[in-house]
Amino acid sequence: MKQLKVALIGNPNVGKTSVFNALTGLNQHVGNYPGVTVERKIGTATLAKDTKAHIIDLPGVYSVNPNSKDEEIALNAIFDASNKDFPDVIVVVAEVENLKRNLLLFTQVKDLGFPTILALNMADQMEKKGISIDVPALEKALDTKIVLISARKNEGIDELKQAVLNYSNYNTNSVFDLKSIDESYFTLLGHLYPNQNPYKVWLTQTGVFQFEQLSPVVSSSSTVQKSETELKKLQQRETIKRYQFINKILKDTYKIDTSKATDIRMKFDRILTHKFWGYIIFFFVLLLIYGSIFELAAFPMDFVDGLFADLSSWTSANLPEGKLTELLADGVIPGLGGVLMFVPQIAILFFLISILEETGYMSRVVFIMDRIMKPFGLSGKSVVPLVSGTACAIPAIMSARNIENPKERLITMLVTPFTTCSARIPVYIIIISLIIPKTYILGFVPLQAFVMTMMYVLGFLAALLSGLVLSKIIKADRKSFFVIEMPTYKAPILKNVFLNMYEKVVSYVVGAGKIILALSVILWFLGSHGPSDTFGNAEEMVAEKQMNERLTERLTEEQLASEIAGYQLEHSYIGIIGRTIEPVFRPLGYDWKISIAVLTSFAAREVFVGNLATLYNLGEEAAEDETKIIDRMANEKRADGTPVYTVATGISLLLFYAFAMQCLSTVGVTKKETNSWKWTFVQLVFMTAVAYVAALIAYQLLK
Amino acid sequence: MTLNFLKKSQKGTIIAINADNVPLKLIEMGCLPGNIVEVLQIAPLSDPIYIKVNDSFLSIRKDLAKEIEVELI
Repeated sequence: MKQLKVALIGNPNVGKTSVFNALTGLNQHVGNYPGVTVERKIGTATLAKDTKAHIIDLPGVYSVNPNSKDEEIALNAIFDASNKDFPDVIVVVAEVENLKRNLLLFTQVKDLGFPTILALNMADQMEKKGISIDVPALEKALDTKIVLISARKNEGIDELKQAVLNYSNYNTNSVFDLKSIDESYFTLLGHLYPNQNPYKVWLTQTGVFQFEQLSPVVSSSSTVQKSETELKKLQQRETIKRYQFINKILKDTYKIDTSKATDIRMKFDRILTHKFWGYIIFFFVLLLIYGSIFELAAFPMDFVDGLFADLSSWTSANLPEGKLTELLADGVIPGLGGVLMFVPQIAILFFLISILEETGYMSRVVFIMDRIMKPFGLSGKSVVPLVSGTACAIPAIMSARNIENPKERLITMLVTPFTTCSARIPVYIIIISLIIPKTYILGFVPLQAFVMTMMYVLGFLAALLSGLVLSKIIKADRKSFFVIEMPTYKAPILKNVFLNMYEKVVSYVVGAGKIILALSVILWFLGSHGPSDTFGNAEEMVAEKQMNERLTERLTEEQLASEIAGYQLEHSYIGIIGRTIEPVFRPLGYDWKISIAVLTSFAAREVFVGNLATLYNLGEEAAEDETKIIDRMANEKRADGTPVYTVATGISLLLFYAFAMQCLSTVGVTKKETNSWKWTFVQLVFMTAVAYVAALIAYQLLK
Repeated sequence: MTLNFLKKSQKGTIIAINADNVPLKLIEMGCLPGNIVEVLQIAPLSDPIYIKVNDSFLSIRKDLAKEIEVELI
């Protein structure tokens, strides 16, 4: 079987992904390049009976001069001959509209010396948009093979495959003469580096990429050294000259009646970027996103939750008793359930986001939101992750992937977990009903509801202020500028939407899933195992304690079981850690029981309430009943007889849970999405530090 | 005058672009000396601006627009 390597390159918004999807279907794989967040998308396509193509989908770029570290690394695939993705042939995907700008990239790629095919997408729209192209003349002028395709209608894909198969027939000559930029300079470069690709020599000079085997024939290379400003001016001039070259070619081969396309654009823009209606529409879009991941996803989530609970009890009932079964039933299966539970939210969120991106609406959101988000180091697009974060940080962090600017993307991912996710609600409800009186402010606003609302406000404020702080600290790898294209409005292609959704789910399960699973198994082990002299003898110890306290009444079996469960958690490894570090939490007003509950709820915030119930020896039934837990907590006393849950402790806990990471799934997703343990730890430490300090100040002031 | 002073629906010809402060990307997207630039829309909080230049539809911030010298048409 013959194997070919093909690279797809093109401007953003030309339907390159649709072409990739049309060629590869489900045979695609998304990975990361080491050290950066940019995706490496690879797929395979069968070109002929005996020929397979590995297709790499490069990120959308306007030029081979990279704008960011991400682009630089991705473009290495076509610069570095030793790169594993280095292609045999390059397909430049362009769209029939704005061909001029698409051809700039084409001439650069062609000049690198690759067999290059020009695929003109959206050819089916030519008539509607008043476009006519003289393909043979254009092919001749650009010295290339042109294929007209429509990925949306799946037209021309077979012709494209055929063209790729014939790649060895296309010549690899340069199409643009660099000497037209600066005759003497480029003639000199030609003398110094004879028989070498002049464009590669030039890219080496500008520092885009250090091409190999390039050494000047004369050592006095100082004569060609130019200052950075001079090089920039030459690069500008190169762009201008390339455009002149392209304009000259298109003058005879390409006709367009622009008024047709512009009309629709103007009509939509007038409403969607309107100073009032633009925000109202965006507000409803956010409401739809929030509602979908909060309400709609609840049903499949409950189903997954129930399924794994059943699977867990089935396993412990039907497999032979032992450590392995325990590990499986109580560690691995609930851990897997914890991973898969987020799949519905991720799927729904990315379904909606893909549609917003595909239609071109997202760029309008950036346009109207940029001024508001910019001061906080965030992008206009960051609004979507921040609002999604109020349902759950897992899909929200993943949705930051659509932000182009690497620094803004990183900050968005780091601050999103501050927003009040649904897992905080059970903790807030318990604490608020415990310490906030059922009174009304101004006679009609319930105080408890007001505090709850303030917790949401606090979450957003924390996210924005942290963004502000982080934007001052984090150094961008290079100065980045805000230049975005406002794409034409398009109907979304459902195939792209579903493939994107599928790919995000798979990358979450495979990438973040294994980290989440590993962490949750470790946490389960620490919480359910302990030294054998105490933990191992829990039953005897509890019985002994009952005797010592000379209790006349015998405990019911249920009471006994909950006593044992409480004793076990107290003496588990995590319980021991919790009691040991209690002094750390004491200034926040927490006793050892709260300390243990806080520690164990690192798995997920909502576990806090359940584990407190266990520590207070409430039976399983009681643990489900909020009022019983609240009653029990209200009666909890310190050694000196004062209640544990005062307003001070309560506010301290509220603030701690508002700011602390306390979610190992988020840790897993942050690792996956930032592709860096460093940023994962920065986030964890930053959030925990903010939480600790806030809780400390609150308790010390209020106690 | 510079591009940031253009009002909505005004057009100008680009005269010069400050090579040191303007990213190559903007020039590669079609913002070239000699081309006509039109301000299609200014964002509600007066930044960024939405322009049409060389058949490209772009959104740029005002701090960048300041670096582009235009002549009002």
